[in-house]
Amino acid sequence: MSFLELRDVSRVYGEGANEVHALQNVNLAVERGSLVAVMGPSGSGKSTLLTIAGSLEEPTSGEVLIDGRSLSNMSHNDKARLRRRTVGYVFQDFNLLAGLTAAENVSLPLELDGTGARKARDAAMAVLDELGLVDRAGHYPDQLSGGERQRVAIARAIVGERHLVLADEPSGALDSANGEAVMRMLLTACKGGVAAVVVTHDAQLASWAERVVFLRDGRVVDQTVPPPSPESLLEPSVQP
Amino acid sequence: MSVRHALLGLLSEGPKYGHQLRQEFEARTGEVWPLNVGQVYTTLQRLERDGLVASDDAEAEGPQKDFRITAQGQEELDRWLRTPPDLTSPPRDELVIKVLVAVQLPGVDVREVLQVHRRYLVELMQQWTRLKEDEAEFDLALALVVDAELFRLDSVIRWLDAADGRLKRADAEPAAAGAPPPVLRRRLAVRR
Ligand SMILES: Nc1ncnc2c1ncn2[C@@H]1O[C@H](COP(=O)(O)OP(=O)(O)OP(=O)(O)O)[C@@H](O)[C@H]1O
Ligand SMILES: [Mg+2]
Repeated sequence: MSFLELRDVSRVYGEGANEVHALQNVNLAVERGSLVAVMGPSGSGKSTLLTIAGSLEEPTSGEVLIDGRSLSNMSHNDKARLRRRTVGYVFQDFNLLAGLTAAENVSLPLELDGTGARKARDAAMAVLDELGLVDRAGHYPDQLSGGERQRVAIARAIVGERHLVLADEPSGALDSANGEAVMRMLLTACKGGVAAVVVTHDAQLASWAERVVFLRDGRVVDQTVPPPSPESLLEPSVQP
Repeated sequence: MSVRHALLGLLSEGPKYGHQLRQEFEARTGEVWPLNVGQVYTTLQRLERDGLVASDDAEAEGPQKDFRITAQGQEELDRWLRTPPDLTSPPRDELVIKVLVAVQLPGVDVREVLQVHRRYLVELMQQWTRLKEDEAEFDLALALVVDAELFRLDSVIRWLDAADGRLKRADAEPAAAGAPPPVLRRRLAVRR
């Protein structure tokens, strides 16, 4: 069964002449253990799709299910708990809290969810370490480079036992080596049973996913079919 | 791919046998360019003829022959490494031509054509990326080759995206579309 499911989701912003159909009848299913990328040009509805999947916004019509439960039947509190405990979210603009250090930003969701301060800090340091950021743990967001802020935001999204990670342009400010490191981390999280959706217009990032869904003008227009084994690339026929 | 210069590169590390050169060539190019035996020996013969490599045992044949680089060969290698390949005249790209044709044809949904190619390219990139995931960590040469391929395919996708954007804008204001300005038309004509 899919861990995340969007059924016929549409989202309209504004009214009358200002009406924007940001999403139109979008269907998407993501299993645990799999990484799905959503590609599309600017304004195609990628962020809208992700905020709706993460219960940060409501669809105008259609339904979102997480772990088989429909979000529309959930109370405000249940949704808040879901966001704290189950869903890790990387925002397009990182959204780090300026008054907290990198480590505090990462441990915050765990503490909010009742994990003890020390345990939360240890978990945060472990993730920061994986992302090569331990020596920045005590820095405040304004003391970090753009790429470092982005990695802290990713650390915050994958810390603890999240089952669903939603990442909006997770490598916008990263060079290709760091972008690759981020995708490897997400992939590792997926191998551990996480369902992940990465939204991006960067084909190199998207190509880490096992399935790439193409969005245009708010609609899913196409998706990749599972590629054949990479060995075929190394056959002599590829010789220039 | 210059087999000639790749062989000079291997010989600049020290003298080597023919069969050794072939093995090392394949290993260092991430095994993406398999080379046949004949190609190695004909190239070595030419290099010897041109004085870029030398062999002490003129008698020995084929795989057992021992080669070393000459001073002239070393110079040629240094020069080649720093000579930019010819990127000035754009290759006649088949994909560009397909899209140019699609734009002219009535009743063709060009953006749908673009998407067909985009999806194919992303699928190809997925395969290359998988290779990186499995093996490249252990093999620098393969990682470099895979990166080069990914950047190349990525640039084609970016061109498709740019084309998509242009078409969308042209649809919105049809007056702006139409014939290219004369200068551009003339430039394009030069290349035909
Ligand atoms: N709160 C809002 N009110 C009105 N319109 C909105 C709102 N949020 C998004 N939109 C519109 O919905 C469309 C989709 O926006 P969205 O942010 O999902 O695009 P995107 O694919 O994430 O683009 P980008 O790559 O630029 O981040 C856009 O036309 C945008 O202007
Ligand atoms: Mg966005």
